Amino acid sequence: MLDHVSARTDTVAVFLRKRRHGSPWLRFLLRRTMRMLVAMFVIIAVAFFVLRLSGGDPVRAALGATVDESVVQARRAQLGLDDPLIVQFWNYLTGIFHGDLGASLITGRSVSELVQNRLPATLELAGISFVIVLLIAVPLGLGVAILTQGNRRRGAELSFTGITGLIAAIPEYLLGVALVVVFAVTLHWFPVAGRSGPASYVLPVLAMTVASWASLSRIARVEALNTLSDDYVRTARSKRIPASWVYFRHALPNMLTATLTIGGTLLSTMVASSVLVEKVFNWPGLGSAFVDAIATKDYGIVQGLALVYAAIILVITLAVDIVLSILDRRTTLLETT
Amino acid sequence: MRSLLVFLRNPLGAISVAMVAVLVFLAVFAPGIWGAQAMQTDTSALLQGPSDAHPLGTDGLGRDLLLRTLVAARLSLGMALVATLIGLVFGLLLGALPSVLGPRVQRLFSSVISTWLAFPVLLVAMLTVILLGPSSTSAVIALGLTMVPSFARLAQTLSSRVGGSEYLAAARMMGVSRSRQFTRYVLPNIAEPIIVNVTLSIGGGLLALSSLSFLGVGVQPPDYDWGRMLSEAFDQVYTNPTAVVGPGVAVVFAGVAFGTLGESLAAHLRSQGRGGVLSRRRLGPAPRVEDRDRTPHEDALLAVDGLSVSFPSASGWVRPVQDVTFSVAPGEIVGVVGESGSGKSVALMAVAQLSAAGAAVTAQQLRFDGDDVLDLPPAVMKKRLGTKIGVVFQDSLTALNPALRVGTQLAEIPRFHAKDGRRAAQEKAVAALRDVAIDEPERRSRQFPHEYSGGMRQRALIAMSQIGKPRLIIADEPTTALDVTVQQRVLALLRRECEETGAAAIVVSHDIAVLAELCQRILVMYAGRIVEDLDVRLLATPEKLAHPYTRALAESLPDLDTDRSHPLATIPGEPPDLSRPLVGCGFAPRCAFASEQCRTVTPEPVVHGHGGRVACWHPQDGTPIDGILGEPVVIVGAQTAQEVR
Repeated sequence: MLDHVSARTDTVAVFLRKRRHGSPWLRFLLRRTMRMLVAMFVIIAVAFFVLRLSGGDPVRAALGATVDESVVQARRAQLGLDDPLIVQFWNYLTGIFHGDLGASLITGRSVSELVQNRLPATLELAGISFVIVLLIAVPLGLGVAILTQGNRRRGAELSFTGITGLIAAIPEYLLGVALVVVFAVTLHWFPVAGRSGPASYVLPVLAMTVASWASLSRIARVEALNTLSDDYVRTARSKRIPASWVYFRHALPNMLTATLTIGGTLLSTMVASSVLVEKVFNWPGLGSAFVDAIATKDYGIVQGLALVYAAIILVITLAVDIVLSILDRRTTLLETT
Repeated sequence: MRSLLVFLRNPLGAISVAMVAVLVFLAVFAPGIWGAQAMQTDTSALLQGPSDAHPLGTDGLGRDLLLRTLVAARLSLGMALVATLIGLVFGLLLGALPSVLGPRVQRLFSSVISTWLAFPVLLVAMLTVILLGPSSTSAVIALGLTMVPSFARLAQTLSSRVGGSEYLAAARMMGVSRSRQFTRYVLPNIAEPIIVNVTLSIGGGLLALSSLSFLGVGVQPPDYDWGRMLSEAFDQVYTNPTAVVGPGVAVVFAGVAFGTLGESLAAHLRSQGRGGVLSRRRLGPAPRVEDRDRTPHEDALLAVDGLSVSFPSASGWVRPVQDVTFSVAPGEIVGVVGESGSGKSVALMAVAQLSAAGAAVTAQQLRFDGDDVLDLPPAVMKKRLGTKIGVVFQDSLTALNPALRVGTQLAEIPRFHAKDGRRAAQEKAVAALRDVAIDEPERRSRQFPHEYSGGMRQRALIAMSQIGKPRLIIADEPTTALDVTVQQRVLALLRRECEETGAAAIVVSHDIAVLAELCQRILVMYAGRIVEDLDVRLLATPEKLAHPYTRALAESLPDLDTDRSHPLATIPGEPPDLSRPLVGCGFAPRCAFASEQCRTVTPEPVVHGHGGRVACWHPQDGTPIDGILGEPVVIVGAQTAQEVR
């Protein structure tokens, strides 16, 4: 009898161990996805309850004190704000699964529609900017590291750190304002605002990229310096293969994993700063809608867009984790063992 | 205090301190001096450009923009400071919590922190401000909250680092009180990184708060900070574009000030105890051996004459390798022995042209297979060397690229040097792995280094050194990281490869026993110089060894006759510090036979009676070795020797 039991626990143990060893990568993926879903749920709950519980009548606040009470009541009923809180939350949750992100408290228009109209412009701005930043910053960081390794060319190194430090301290919105003042208002080279034709992209993309470019290239330089002093780079040099091969095939992938970890955070930050840059350039994306909604106290839109932003950032974080785990299997191994 | 002076001597540190001082001065005194003036409206001068009366122009109510910019320093800076304090206090509390709670909570906690950290500061701050209602107070609270996770993460890392440290464990064991443990051991070790982080956070917080005010959710009129001023100026950008200059410059100035201060503080802390490096100009040219007649090396595959390797340091050039002369005949296996820091690896990496960036390699002569390696331009040299030198590195885990498959790393050599196609090169890689007795070489060639065992990685490295059919193999401590049984197999493999291909080899080790088994000739290095060059057979008759250091090494080598009841002989004392120029024989302070000549004149290696070379003023061969080794006081540091006398 006892033997029987212990045999069974053994089988269970073996099974568990097998599953543990099965695919660490899949387990890693599963865990990260779960983490993201939990985070999303928490954010939805916080966004819902805190806004409901923060006191006062949001519809009255949005429509203003002069509007007739019957209009406020009608809008409340339309938005389902008179149901019990838990019913509201359930409706809200199921609504989100059906793509319903709520509605404007002022106009009653659906937030999902707004997102459909405006999301492409935001993704375009953030995406183009991110690609440009990566394309400039990583090779620049690697290049400066190659030139300055072993304490050579101290002058070049100092001016690189100094200039990028200065540029990185300029916030996106401020650079946007400066660009508008110089190139749009004074020189008339580019349109002041809006999204119409290639020329209108130049200033917003510049405003988005310059600071990130400076900070990422500094990080990339440090990472590249660490990588270049790694033993395997010396091993690669011992084969007397072309230097470009050593840098691009041996150093770059190892440097990318570290740089991308920070790059992911950078992409999230760029999504956030796109809010400000969109306001400066009146760019027809989510950000300007968000700022407008804040200004008009339209919490229906604010809540819906906040969820969209949170989702974008969680997806970016997950995507970066997956890319990293493919590039460098050791990260997943480290996490699961 | 001295540390502070050193910090201020660094130009970036001094400039950033001055910039922060200006900001603090403005924040403290500007509102008192110009506060009232900055609020004064002037309806006759609305939205004016720069003029003598108003250097930066005026705003929509005719108020002076320069004065407003200066006065706004208090609110801008003060808000950032308070927000950082909120983040710091709550972050530290939150970060210290999990060390009290169990590991499960700790894991949950760290995943909450990483998710929280994934959200951009600005977005979280914006949402919090919306929830709390736009005002400067809610902006400060919101920003403080966004700083909590990064401080918590920092506190967590620091407390686990300090908490697990040996000095704290030692303090606990000695019964140091808890409060004293904290003030004397924990605080000093976590204070510095936290100060750096606080400085950077004030800068970042200032920028973020200005963004919030710019969006209209931060400071509300009639109060004003730089962000609010920028927002107002931007609304009038067509009528008065210059109004953005004042607050814009102020924001960037503050951002640069705190950012640079934080970074130079961090750099200063990193460099403490390590020292920087002198600039090339101050260093001057690398020291080299005086010109003298070249030692002839007939028929040698490798001829090294007067090789020196120097590295720049804070106090000038450090020379870990000085005036090294030796040669290797085709097919010969030469061992290099010496303790760590004796320069053996550095010397051989210089021979293989693989010195670290920044190193200066000089030599009277460095000939390999008929080429003067140092006289050739690097590109030509690279081509000529090609695959003629194969290197086996010490630590197989770090020597292989973790991101590339082992097969790919081997195949690079045939691909680039034999101009093989991808497939042909891959086949050669598999064959090379099979040669070093790796099972299932096809499958293994597609694996990454971390999937190999230590012995397998070392064999893969040997395969890599072989694949180009080199004429010389340089093996840098090939067996140090391996356990003894694997060691034997790797050594046998190395010897077999040399015998089969007729390649010569230089094997570096600190273990003279390993070399005695493998080599025909042994070079003994001490303090960057070769002190003895001898036939390996001499080790069997230790009384014929000439240099006291070699004799001591041979003595520390146990054999079957060694009396196990006595501790093995060791060599007391430390090798000399090579950052100062060495006068006389490097071994003199530890040598029982040292004379005044030894301490003042460096002995050159000269041909000796035992058939090799020795660099010593008092060669000891002929003395029966038991005579020296019976008494442990014979080979001792100078200090102990005096005490004995």
